[in-house]
Amino acid sequence: MGYTIAEKILLKHSGQKSIKPGEFIEVKVDVALANDITAPLAISEFKKSGFKKVFNKNKIVLVPDHFAPAKDLRSANQCKILADFAKEQGIKNYFEIGCMGIEHALLPEKGIVLPGDLIIGADSHTCTYGALGAYATGMGSTDLARAYIDGKCWLKVPTSIKFIYKGKLNKWVGGKDLILYTIGQIGVDGALYKVMEFSGPVIRKLGMDDRFSMSNMAIEAGARAGLIEPDEKTKKYISGFKRKPKFYYSDPDAHYEKIYEWDVTKLEPQVSCPHLPSNTQPVNSLKNIKIDQAVIGSCTNGRISDLRIAASLLKGKKVAKGVKLIIFPATQKIYLQAVKEGLAEIFVRAGGVFSTPTCGPCLGGHMGILADGEVAIATTNRNFLGRMGSPKSFVYLSNPAVAAASAVTGRITHPDKIR
Amino acid sequence: MIIKGKVHKFSDDINTDDIIAAKYLVSTDAQELGKHCMETINPTFSQAVGPGDIIVAGNNFGCGSSREHAPLAIKGCGVSAVIAKSFAAIFFRNAINIGLPFLESADVDKINEGDVVEIDLATGVINNLTQSKQFKTQAFPEFLQQIVECGGLINYIKRGAHV
Repeated sequence: MGYTIAEKILLKHSGQKSIKPGEFIEVKVDVALANDITAPLAISEFKKSGFKKVFNKNKIVLVPDHFAPAKDLRSANQCKILADFAKEQGIKNYFEIGCMGIEHALLPEKGIVLPGDLIIGADSHTCTYGALGAYATGMGSTDLARAYIDGKCWLKVPTSIKFIYKGKLNKWVGGKDLILYTIGQIGVDGALYKVMEFSGPVIRKLGMDDRFSMSNMAIEAGARAGLIEPDEKTKKYISGFKRKPKFYYSDPDAHYEKIYEWDVTKLEPQVSCPHLPSNTQPVNSLKNIKIDQAVIGSCTNGRISDLRIAASLLKGKKVAKGVKLIIFPATQKIYLQAVKEGLAEIFVRAGGVFSTPTCGPCLGGHMGILADGEVAIATTNRNFLGRMGSPKSFVYLSNPAVAAASAVTGRITHPDKIR
Repeated sequence: MIIKGKVHKFSDDINTDDIIAAKYLVSTDAQELGKHCMETINPTFSQAVGPGDIIVAGNNFGCGSSREHAPLAIKGCGVSAVIAKSFAAIFFRNAINIGLPFLESADVDKINEGDVVEIDLATGVINNLTQSKQFKTQAFPEFLQQIVECGGLINYIKRGAHV
């Protein structure tokens, strides 16, 4: 019996001769990531443990991005814990605001995560890097503290589910729609404890930004990871990075617990309605849903191609009266690119806010909290009750085109309707 | 390890934003987090819960974020264990790593709000004392039991124990 790409990466990092699903293994990690919410706990656990030096200062990444730029005194103190620890341990992959970004956009952009890597992150959306053909999985702070000690973590080898997407995507339909559709089909626990592997001709045609959007939301179906086998697009994306990647591919006789095969030719842009990412509907089936806020950005959809799509719809248009449009590019590099290309000007002229990179609004942290009764359309990844602020608010998830079109009309809108 | 407590019931898909909202993630103190446990969906929970009480929930408990603050908040408000039909994977390992006992059981629908139950982590036996009913579920794998018995992952590593 052959191995899936996920199993091959786990096998390589376990040092064992073979592995099988369900088995507990210990693996060496290539990258251990934490942010300003999860790192303080990891650092305090590490310090309490009595160990003085991290196992390898080059494999640890610290990104203050959730409540950064610091939203209040307590978040400032949390961010400072990261800065102090980085200094004390000589960790060079610490990204202060000004050179930072939302972690899951930043790490691929900097070449810190590469195909074939095993990455753990104290953030559930660490699964984003699966788009590169890496095994990347979210964990907690104590897992990180342990990795700081000996560079390892424990895992139960998961089974894999394969998703094959066939056909040709409609205009305005991309990676975000594929993943919202998929979660709608299988549910928020449809891939619980499992690996999702995205494949098929439609995936091969997707650009890297769209692939990151898909892998990013594997966790919303309960998955441990969401992998895409590398190809020429992956290789082009990582060309120029110093560290050498390793390319793994699933064997033809690899075992999958389940295989889904969908023709997505007729797929419309998808919207996930409150309060679960699995409450997915085609955008045209949503009638007259008035919005108060549109949020474009996040680790799911804050990349340059997302901003280009939003700008193509907002150019020369105005945001509907009473609607707040917040656009937050995922990294400083993307921010600068958006300025250079004139996208930032389009957003501001349309009446939108163009923000510094932060996770803020997505998790109801800062920079756009929803009030009681408010409704938002967001290109983020979670629409749980109270996720973006008030427990009496409502969040609809969509791609950037739907969010931009909706900002213009003030109602959840198919992008075709404003073009 | 045997744990006994009064039951507080919750539905499917209780997510980490329900367990502890992001606005409280400016603290890592279990007691402080515990004051806001389940606040979004049940604002009076932290006052209603007594020391040693047990949370009983449906499928996919703890889905969402990786925040370890979620099991910490549960521990911090005095809850001694969680029983659910299934747990989200990150919550599962966080609970083990911080030493919050839990069991997966298909029989949670047979447990009511306010029942007093006794659970044995080593055998997987759930004893509903109020209804005089017993259910058997799978015990923890030994490896995970060892971590919980050590009081969490860091203590386990310090003792030099490995898989």
